Amino acid sequence: MKKEKRKSNYLRAIGAIAWKDLAAELRSRELLSGMLVFSLLVILIFNFALELDAKTRTSVTAGVLWVTFVFAGTLGLNRSMAIEKDRGCLDGLLLAPVDRSAIYFGKVISNLAFMIIVEIIILPTYSFLYNINLFQPGLLLVILLGSIGYTAVGTLLSAMSVQTRTRDVMLPILLFPIIVPVLIAAVKASNGYLQGLPTDQILPWINLLIVYDVIFIAISFMVFDYIVEE
Amino acid sequence: MIEVKKLIKRFGLKTILRGMDFSVEEGEFVALIGPNGAGKSTFLRILASLTRPTLGKVSVAGYSLPKESAEVRHELGVVSHLPLLYVDLTAEENLKFYGKMYNLPDLTTRTNEVLEMVGLTARRGDLVRTYSRGMQQRLAIGRAVLHDPSVMLFDEPYTGLDQDASAMLDDVLRTVAARGRTVVMTSHDLARTEDLATRFDVLSRGKIAASATKKDFGNGNLLSFYKDVLAEGKKQ
Repeated sequence: MKKEKRKSNYLRAIGAIAWKDLAAELRSRELLSGMLVFSLLVILIFNFALELDAKTRTSVTAGVLWVTFVFAGTLGLNRSMAIEKDRGCLDGLLLAPVDRSAIYFGKVISNLAFMIIVEIIILPTYSFLYNINLFQPGLLLVILLGSIGYTAVGTLLSAMSVQTRTRDVMLPILLFPIIVPVLIAAVKASNGYLQGLPTDQILPWINLLIVYDVIFIAISFMVFDYIVEE
Repeated sequence: MIEVKKLIKRFGLKTILRGMDFSVEEGEFVALIGPNGAGKSTFLRILASLTRPTLGKVSVAGYSLPKESAEVRHELGVVSHLPLLYVDLTAEENLKFYGKMYNLPDLTTRTNEVLEMVGLTARRGDLVRTYSRGMQQRLAIGRAVLHDPSVMLFDEPYTGLDQDASAMLDDVLRTVAARGRTVVMTSHDLARTEDLATRFDVLSRGKIAASATKKDFGNGNLLSFYKDVLAEGKKQ
Protein backbone atom coordinates (compact mmCIF):
# COMPACT_ATOMS: atom_id res chain seq x y z
CA MET A 1 0.00 0.00 0.00
CA LYS A 2 2.81 2.37 1.02
CA LYS A 3 4.72 1.37 -2.11
CA GLU A 4 1.65 2.11 -4.23
CA LYS A 5 1.30 5.54 -2.63
CA ARG A 6 4.96 6.34 -3.20
CA LYS A 7 4.59 5.30 -6.84
CA SER A 8 1.58 7.57 -7.31
CA ASN A 9 3.46 10.49 -5.62
CA TYR A 10 6.34 9.86 -7.97
CA LEU A 11 4.16 9.87 -11.08
CA ARG A 12 2.26 12.94 -9.84
CA ALA A 13 5.54 14.83 -9.41
CA ILE A 14 6.73 13.86 -12.90
CA GLY A 15 3.43 15.03 -14.38
CA ALA A 16 3.51 18.27 -12.38
CA ILE A 17 7.00 19.19 -13.59
CA ALA A 18 6.18 18.43 -17.23
CA TRP A 19 2.90 20.38 -16.98
CA LYS A 20 4.62 23.33 -15.31
CA ASP A 21 7.28 23.55 -18.04
CA LEU A 22 4.72 23.36 -20.85
CA ALA A 23 2.33 25.87 -19.20
CA ALA A 24 5.14 28.37 -18.55
CA GLU A 25 6.47 27.97 -22.09
CA LEU A 26 3.01 28.43 -23.57
CA ARG A 27 2.98 31.90 -21.96
CA SER A 28 6.57 33.05 -22.46
CA ARG A 29 7.44 31.19 -25.70
CA GLU A 30 11.06 32.16 -25.10
CA LEU A 31 12.44 28.65 -25.43
CA LEU A 32 10.41 27.36 -28.38
CA SER A 33 10.71 30.55 -30.42
CA GLY A 34 14.50 30.47 -30.11
CA MET A 35 14.68 26.80 -31.09
CA LEU A 36 12.31 27.28 -34.01
CA VAL A 37 13.92 30.38 -35.50
CA PHE A 38 17.34 28.77 -35.21
CA SER A 39 16.17 25.53 -36.90
CA LEU A 40 14.44 27.35 -39.73
CA LEU A 41 17.54 29.46 -40.35
CA VAL A 42 19.77 26.38 -40.45
CA ILE A 43 17.66 24.55 -43.03
CA LEU A 44 17.26 27.73 -45.10
CA ILE A 45 21.02 28.33 -45.10
CA PHE A 46 21.69 24.72 -46.09
CA ASN A 47 19.06 25.03 -48.83
CA PHE A 48 20.83 27.99 -50.41
CA ALA A 49 24.36 26.81 -49.67
CA LEU A 50 23.94 23.32 -51.12
CA GLU A 51 22.47 23.62 -54.57
CA LEU A 52 22.20 19.89 -55.09
CA ASP A 53 20.69 17.54 -57.62
CA ALA A 54 17.86 15.27 -56.48
CA LYS A 55 20.07 12.24 -55.75
CA THR A 56 22.68 14.10 -53.68
CA ARG A 57 19.92 15.95 -51.88
CA THR A 58 18.51 12.66 -50.60
CA SER A 59 21.92 11.57 -49.34
CA VAL A 60 22.59 14.75 -47.34
CA THR A 61 19.08 15.10 -45.88
CA ALA A 62 19.65 12.88 -42.84
CA GLY A 63 22.82 14.78 -41.89
CA VAL A 64 21.25 18.23 -42.32
CA LEU A 65 18.15 17.23 -40.35
CA TRP A 66 20.07 15.81 -37.40
CA VAL A 67 22.52 18.73 -37.27
CA THR A 68 19.47 21.03 -37.11
CA PHE A 69 17.74 19.00 -34.38
CA VAL A 70 20.87 18.64 -32.28
CA PHE A 71 21.87 22.32 -32.36
CA ALA A 72 18.31 23.52 -31.75
CA GLY A 73 17.95 20.93 -28.99
CA THR A 74 21.09 22.24 -27.26
CA LEU A 75 19.57 25.73 -27.16
CA GLY A 76 16.41 24.33 -25.61
CA LEU A 77 18.19 22.15 -23.04
CA ASN A 78 20.36 25.03 -21.87
CA ARG A 79 17.41 27.37 -21.49
CA SER A 80 15.17 24.81 -19.83
CA MET A 81 17.63 24.18 -16.99
CA ALA A 82 18.79 27.83 -16.78
CA ILE A 83 15.18 28.88 -16.00
CA GLU A 84 15.25 26.53 -13.01
CA LYS A 85 18.67 27.64 -11.81
CA ASP A 86 18.47 31.43 -12.21
CA ARG A 87 15.50 31.97 -9.91
CA GLY A 88 16.50 29.25 -7.48
CA CYS A 89 13.59 27.08 -8.66
CA LEU A 90 15.89 24.08 -8.93
CA ASP A 91 16.28 24.30 -5.14
CA GLY A 92 12.49 24.47 -4.88
CA LEU A 93 12.25 21.20 -6.82
CA LEU A 94 15.05 19.57 -4.83
CA LEU A 95 13.27 20.45 -1.57
CA ALA A 96 10.22 18.39 -2.52
CA PRO A 97 10.01 15.06 -0.66
CA VAL A 98 10.07 12.89 -3.77
CA ASP A 99 12.83 10.80 -5.28
CA ARG A 100 14.89 13.30 -7.24
CA SER A 101 14.83 11.15 -10.36
CA ALA A 102 11.21 12.37 -10.70
CA ILE A 103 12.66 15.81 -11.48
CA TYR A 104 14.85 14.24 -14.16
CA PHE A 105 11.97 12.39 -15.81
CA GLY A 106 9.69 15.45 -15.65
CA LYS A 107 12.35 17.56 -17.36
CA VAL A 108 13.02 14.84 -19.96
CA ILE A 109 9.33 14.73 -20.86
CA SER A 110 9.06 18.51 -21.27
CA ASN A 111 12.37 18.76 -23.19
CA LEU A 112 11.26 15.93 -25.45
CA ALA A 113 7.92 17.67 -26.02
CA PHE A 114 9.72 20.90 -27.05
CA MET A 115 11.97 18.98 -29.40
CA ILE A 116 9.03 17.13 -30.98
CA ILE A 117 7.14 20.42 -31.49
CA VAL A 118 10.18 21.82 -33.32
CA GLU A 119 10.46 18.64 -35.41
CA ILE A 120 6.76 18.78 -36.31
CA ILE A 121 7.32 22.23 -37.80
CA ILE A 122 10.73 21.56 -39.34
CA LEU A 123 9.85 18.33 -41.17
CA PRO A 124 7.15 19.75 -43.49
CA THR A 125 9.21 22.90 -44.07
CA TYR A 126 12.21 20.79 -45.03
CA SER A 127 10.06 18.56 -47.26
CA PHE A 128 8.75 21.63 -49.04
CA LEU A 129 12.15 23.33 -49.49
CA TYR A 130 14.07 20.21 -50.58
CA ASN A 131 11.18 18.47 -52.30
CA ILE A 132 11.69 15.25 -50.33
CA ASN A 133 9.03 13.11 -48.66
CA LEU A 134 10.02 12.81 -45.00
CA PHE A 135 6.72 11.41 -43.81
CA GLN A 136 7.66 7.73 -43.71
CA PRO A 137 6.68 5.78 -40.57
CA GLY A 138 10.16 4.24 -40.24
CA LEU A 139 11.90 7.61 -40.48
CA LEU A 140 9.51 9.14 -37.96
CA LEU A 141 10.26 6.26 -35.55
CA VAL A 142 14.01 6.90 -35.94
CA ILE A 143 13.51 10.61 -35.25
CA LEU A 144 11.51 9.78 -32.11
CA LEU A 145 14.10 7.28 -30.83
CA GLY A 146 16.97 9.65 -31.60
CA SER A 147 15.19 12.52 -29.84
CA ILE A 148 14.56 10.36 -26.76
CA GLY A 149 18.27 9.41 -26.55
CA TYR A 150 19.33 13.00 -27.12
CA THR A 151 17.04 14.49 -24.45
CA ALA A 152 17.81 11.67 -21.97
CA VAL A 153 21.53 12.47 -22.05
CA GLY A 154 21.06 16.20 -22.66
CA THR A 155 18.80 16.72 -19.63
CA LEU A 156 21.29 14.98 -17.35
CA LEU A 157 24.26 16.95 -18.69
CA SER A 158 22.38 20.27 -18.68
CA ALA A 159 21.71 19.73 -14.96
CA MET A 160 25.47 19.37 -14.59
CA SER A 161 26.53 22.24 -16.86
CA VAL A 162 24.02 24.71 -15.41
CA GLN A 163 26.02 24.68 -12.16
CA THR A 164 29.07 26.08 -13.98
CA ARG A 165 29.77 29.69 -14.93
CA THR A 166 30.35 28.78 -18.60
CA ARG A 167 27.15 26.75 -18.92
CA ASP A 168 26.35 27.82 -22.51
CA VAL A 169 29.70 26.54 -23.75
CA MET A 170 29.94 23.66 -21.31
CA LEU A 171 26.78 21.82 -22.42
CA PRO A 172 27.81 21.19 -26.06
CA ILE A 173 31.36 20.34 -24.95
CA LEU A 174 30.03 17.68 -22.58
CA LEU A 175 27.09 16.55 -24.68
CA PHE A 176 28.39 16.15 -28.22
CA PRO A 177 31.10 13.53 -27.53
CA ILE A 178 28.64 11.41 -25.52
CA ILE A 179 25.88 11.76 -28.06
CA VAL A 180 28.06 10.56 -30.99
CA PRO A 181 26.72 6.94 -30.95
CA VAL A 182 23.08 8.09 -31.03
CA LEU A 183 23.85 10.60 -33.77
CA ILE A 184 25.65 8.07 -35.96
CA ALA A 185 22.85 5.51 -35.48
CA ALA A 186 20.14 8.11 -36.13
CA VAL A 187 21.81 9.48 -39.27
CA LYS A 188 22.52 6.00 -40.67
CA ALA A 189 18.99 4.75 -39.98
CA SER A 190 17.38 7.93 -41.36
CA ASN A 191 19.57 7.70 -44.45
CA GLY A 192 18.57 4.08 -44.88
CA TYR A 193 14.87 4.98 -44.99
CA LEU A 194 15.45 7.95 -47.32
CA GLN A 195 17.54 5.82 -49.71
CA GLY A 196 14.93 3.04 -49.59
CA LEU A 197 17.33 0.40 -48.20
CA PRO A 198 15.89 -2.95 -47.06
CA THR A 199 14.80 -3.09 -43.40
CA ASP A 200 17.39 -5.70 -42.40
CA GLN A 201 20.13 -3.17 -43.22
CA ILE A 202 18.49 -0.45 -41.12
CA LEU A 203 17.47 -2.62 -38.16
CA PRO A 204 20.93 -2.81 -36.49
CA TRP A 205 21.00 1.00 -36.26
CA ILE A 206 17.51 1.10 -34.76
CA ASN A 207 18.54 -1.57 -32.25
CA LEU A 208 21.58 0.53 -31.33
CA LEU A 209 19.31 3.53 -30.78
CA ILE A 210 16.99 1.54 -28.51
CA VAL A 211 19.92 0.11 -26.49
CA TYR A 212 21.47 3.55 -26.17
CA ASP A 213 18.17 5.05 -24.98
CA VAL A 214 17.67 2.34 -22.36
CA ILE A 215 21.27 2.49 -21.06
CA PHE A 216 21.36 6.25 -20.74
CA ILE A 217 17.95 6.55 -19.13
CA ALA A 218 19.03 3.91 -16.57
CA ILE A 219 22.35 5.66 -15.88
CA SER A 220 20.66 9.05 -15.55
CA PHE A 221 18.08 7.59 -13.15
CA MET A 222 20.92 6.37 -10.93
CA VAL A 223 23.19 9.42 -10.96
CA PHE A 224 20.84 12.41 -11.20
CA ASP A 225 20.56 12.82 -7.42
CA TYR A 226 24.35 13.11 -7.06
CA ILE A 227 24.63 15.54 -9.98
CA VAL A 228 22.09 18.05 -8.71
CA GLU A 229 23.30 17.97 -5.12
CA GLU A 230 26.30 20.21 -4.54
CA MET B 1 14.10 19.23 16.76
CA ILE B 2 17.44 19.99 15.12
CA GLU B 3 20.61 18.32 16.33
CA VAL B 4 24.01 18.97 14.77
CA LYS B 5 27.26 17.50 16.11
CA LYS B 6 30.83 18.14 14.95
CA LEU B 7 29.64 19.23 11.50
CA ILE B 8 32.39 19.78 8.93
CA LYS B 9 31.75 21.02 5.41
CA ARG B 10 34.49 21.36 2.83
CA PHE B 11 34.28 22.60 -0.75
CA GLY B 12 37.46 21.27 -2.31
CA LEU B 13 40.33 22.50 -0.15
CA LYS B 14 38.24 25.21 1.51
CA THR B 15 36.70 24.36 4.88
CA ILE B 16 33.48 26.30 5.52
CA LEU B 17 32.17 24.66 8.72
CA ARG B 18 34.75 23.46 11.24
CA GLY B 19 33.19 21.02 13.68
CA MET B 20 30.01 22.99 14.34
CA ASP B 21 27.65 21.98 17.18
CA PHE B 22 24.10 23.31 17.15
CA SER B 23 20.73 22.30 18.52
CA VAL B 24 17.23 23.74 18.46
CA GLU B 25 14.27 22.72 20.63
CA GLU B 26 10.76 22.36 19.25
CA GLY B 27 9.00 25.74 18.86
CA GLU B 28 12.17 27.81 19.25
CA PHE B 29 12.91 30.74 16.91
CA VAL B 30 16.68 30.84 16.50
CA ALA B 31 18.48 33.62 14.67
CA LEU B 32 21.81 32.64 13.19
CA ILE B 33 23.90 35.75 12.75
CA GLY B 34 27.43 36.22 11.54
CA PRO B 35 29.62 38.03 9.04
CA ASN B 36 29.59 37.30 5.30
CA GLY B 37 31.34 34.04 4.51
CA ALA B 38 30.84 32.62 8.01
CA GLY B 39 28.96 29.64 6.55
CA LYS B 40 25.36 30.53 7.48
CA SER B 41 23.85 29.78 4.07
CA THR B 42 25.94 26.63 3.66
CA PHE B 43 24.70 25.44 7.04
CA LEU B 44 21.06 26.06 6.11
CA ARG B 45 21.61 24.25 2.80
CA ILE B 46 22.90 21.24 4.71
CA LEU B 47 19.83 21.29 6.99
CA ALA B 48 17.64 21.54 3.88
CA SER B 49 19.43 18.50 2.34
CA LEU B 50 20.51 20.61 -0.64
CA THR B 51 24.14 19.85 0.06
CA ARG B 52 25.79 16.95 1.90
CA PRO B 53 27.83 17.31 5.06
CA THR B 54 31.48 16.26 4.69
CA LEU B 55 31.63 14.89 8.26
CA GLY B 56 29.49 15.03 11.38
CA LYS B 57 25.98 14.18 12.47
CA VAL B 58 22.90 16.13 11.40
CA SER B 59 19.33 15.27 12.32
CA VAL B 60 16.14 17.21 11.70
CA ALA B 61 12.79 16.24 13.26
CA GLY B 62 14.28 12.90 14.29
CA TYR B 63 15.54 11.98 10.81
CA SER B 64 19.23 11.86 10.00
CA LEU B 65 20.86 13.48 7.01
CA PRO B 66 21.73 12.65 4.30
CA LYS B 67 20.29 9.14 4.78
CA GLU B 68 16.66 10.12 5.39
CA SER B 69 16.63 13.27 3.30
CA ALA B 70 13.17 12.69 1.77
CA GLU B 71 11.64 12.43 5.27
CA VAL B 72 13.51 15.57 6.37
CA ARG B 73 12.28 17.50 3.33
CA HIS B 74 8.71 16.57 4.27
CA GLU B 75 9.17 18.35 7.61
CA LEU B 76 10.91 21.42 6.17
CA GLY B 77 9.82 24.74 4.70
CA VAL B 78 12.59 26.86 3.21
CA VAL B 79 12.58 30.55 2.29
CA SER B 80 15.69 32.14 0.82
CA HIS B 81 16.43 35.54 -0.72
CA LEU B 82 15.47 33.96 -4.06
CA PRO B 83 11.71 33.36 -4.26
CA LEU B 84 11.92 29.86 -5.87
CA LEU B 85 8.85 30.76 -7.93
CA TYR B 86 8.05 30.47 -11.62
CA VAL B 87 7.41 33.93 -13.01
CA ASP B 88 5.40 32.68 -15.99
CA LEU B 89 2.87 30.96 -13.74
CA THR B 90 0.26 32.68 -11.59
CA ALA B 91 0.46 32.66 -7.78
CA GLU B 92 -2.25 30.02 -7.65
CA GLU B 93 -0.55 27.86 -10.29
CA ASN B 94 2.77 28.09 -8.43
CA LEU B 95 1.18 26.94 -5.18
CA LYS B 96 -0.75 24.15 -6.89
CA PHE B 97 2.42 23.00 -8.64
CA TYR B 98 4.35 22.80 -5.36
CA GLY B 99 1.31 21.20 -3.73
CA LYS B 100 1.50 18.40 -6.29
CA MET B 101 5.22 18.02 -5.62
CA TYR B 102 4.35 17.52 -1.92
CA ASN B 103 1.40 15.31 -2.87
CA LEU B 104 -1.12 17.38 -0.88
CA PRO B 105 -4.65 15.94 -0.96
CA ASP B 106 -7.04 18.92 -1.14
CA LEU B 107 -5.03 21.37 -3.19
CA THR B 108 -7.72 23.97 -3.86
CA THR B 109 -8.66 24.42 -0.19
CA ARG B 110 -5.04 24.54 0.96
CA THR B 111 -4.07 26.99 -1.80
CA ASN B 112 -6.94 29.29 -0.79
CA GLU B 113 -5.89 29.17 2.89
CA VAL B 114 -2.28 29.99 2.11
CA LEU B 115 -3.13 32.82 -0.29
CA GLU B 116 -5.36 34.28 2.42
CA MET B 117 -2.58 33.96 4.99
CA VAL B 118 -0.04 35.85 2.88
CA GLY B 119 -2.62 38.41 1.72
CA LEU B 120 -2.51 37.61 -1.99
CA THR B 121 -6.04 36.32 -2.62
CA ALA B 122 -6.94 39.31 -4.79
CA ARG B 123 -3.88 38.80 -7.02
CA ARG B 124 -4.08 34.99 -7.18
CA GLY B 125 -4.64 34.91 -10.94
CA ASP B 126 -1.82 37.29 -11.85
CA LEU B 127 1.49 36.12 -13.26
CA VAL B 128 4.26 36.21 -10.65
CA ARG B 129 6.38 38.34 -13.02
CA THR B 130 3.92 41.21 -12.39
CA TYR B 131 4.46 41.02 -8.59
CA SER B 132 6.67 43.39 -6.61
CA ARG B 133 9.65 41.93 -4.76
CA GLY B 134 7.73 42.10 -1.48
CA MET B 135 4.73 40.24 -2.91
CA GLN B 136 7.02 37.59 -4.38
CA GLN B 137 8.61 37.09 -0.98
CA ARG B 138 5.20 36.74 0.68
CA LEU B 139 4.23 34.17 -1.91
CA ALA B 140 7.59 32.43 -1.31
CA ILE B 141 6.61 32.10 2.35
CA GLY B 142 3.23 30.77 1.25
CA ARG B 143 5.02 28.19 -0.88
CA ALA B 144 7.20 27.20 2.07
CA VAL B 145 4.30 26.70 4.53
CA LEU B 146 2.00 25.03 1.98
CA HIS B 147 2.63 21.51 3.33
CA ASP B 148 2.47 22.72 6.97
CA PRO B 149 6.08 21.90 7.88
CA SER B 150 7.22 21.62 11.48
CA VAL B 151 10.60 23.31 10.80
CA MET B 152 11.12 26.53 8.84
CA LEU B 153 14.46 27.77 7.52
CA PHE B 154 14.78 31.41 6.44
CA ASP B 155 17.97 32.42 4.65
CA GLU B 156 18.26 36.23 4.47
CA PRO B 157 14.53 36.71 3.78
CA TYR B 158 14.80 40.53 3.93
CA THR B 159 17.31 40.85 1.08
CA GLY B 160 16.09 43.35 -1.52
CA LEU B 161 12.92 44.35 0.36
CA ASP B 162 11.95 47.96 1.03
CA GLN B 163 10.72 49.14 4.46
CA ASP B 164 7.03 48.47 3.80
CA ALA B 165 7.67 45.04 2.37
CA SER B 166 10.00 44.20 5.29
CA ALA B 167 7.33 45.24 7.81
CA MET B 168 4.79 43.09 6.00
CA LEU B 169 7.22 40.18 6.05
CA ASP B 170 7.64 40.65 9.81
CA ASP B 171 3.90 40.06 10.26
CA VAL B 172 3.96 36.94 8.11
CA LEU B 173 7.01 35.61 10.02
CA ARG B 174 5.26 36.22 13.35
CA THR B 175 2.21 34.31 12.08
CA VAL B 176 4.46 31.44 10.97
CA ALA B 177 6.26 31.33 14.33
CA ALA B 178 3.05 31.71 16.37
CA ARG B 179 1.82 28.39 15.02
CA GLY B 180 4.45 26.57 17.10
CA ARG B 181 6.88 25.92 14.29
CA THR B 182 10.59 25.64 14.90
CA VAL B 183 12.35 28.43 13.02
CA VAL B 184 15.99 29.03 12.10
CA MET B 185 16.68 32.32 10.36
CA THR B 186 19.84 33.98 9.07
CA SER B 187 19.80 37.73 8.59
CA HIS B 188 22.02 40.79 8.58
CA ASP B 189 19.11 42.93 9.77
CA LEU B 190 19.83 42.74 13.50
CA ALA B 191 17.04 45.10 14.60
CA ARG B 192 14.37 42.98 12.92
CA THR B 193 16.01 39.76 14.03
CA GLU B 194 16.05 40.90 17.67
CA ASP B 195 12.31 41.57 17.50
CA LEU B 196 11.43 38.16 16.12
CA ALA B 197 13.81 35.54 17.51
CA THR B 198 13.96 33.95 20.95
CA ARG B 199 17.59 32.85 20.77
CA PHE B 200 20.62 34.27 18.96
CA ASP B 201 23.61 32.21 17.82
CA VAL B 202 26.68 33.88 16.35
CA LEU B 203 28.37 31.85 13.66
CA SER B 204 31.94 32.85 13.10
CA ARG B 205 34.79 31.02 11.35
CA GLY B 206 32.70 27.92 10.81
CA LYS B 207 31.63 27.44 14.44
CA ILE B 208 29.03 28.76 16.87
CA ALA B 209 31.04 31.39 18.74
CA ALA B 210 28.29 32.35 21.19
CA SER B 211 24.65 31.67 21.98
CA ALA B 212 22.35 33.93 24.00
CA THR B 213 18.76 34.95 24.65
CA LYS B 214 17.44 38.51 25.07
CA LYS B 215 17.61 38.02 28.84
CA ASP B 216 21.37 37.42 28.57
CA PHE B 217 22.29 40.63 26.78
CA GLY B 218 19.33 42.88 27.58
CA ASN B 219 16.68 44.36 25.31
CA GLY B 220 18.04 46.36 22.37
CA ASN B 221 21.62 45.18 22.88
CA LEU B 222 21.91 42.51 20.19
CA LEU B 223 24.25 44.65 18.08
CA SER B 224 26.71 45.24 20.93
CA PHE B 225 26.53 41.55 21.91
CA TYR B 226 27.27 40.60 18.31
CA LYS B 227 30.18 43.05 18.03
CA ASP B 228 31.66 41.82 21.32
CA VAL B 229 31.53 38.21 20.18
CA LEU B 230 33.24 39.01 16.87
CA ALA B 231 35.89 41.16 18.60
CA GLU B 232 36.57 38.33 21.05
CA GLY B 233 36.94 35.93 18.12
CA LYS B 234 39.50 38.19 16.43
CA LYS B 235 41.62 38.37 19.59
CA GLN B 236 41.89 34.57 19.78
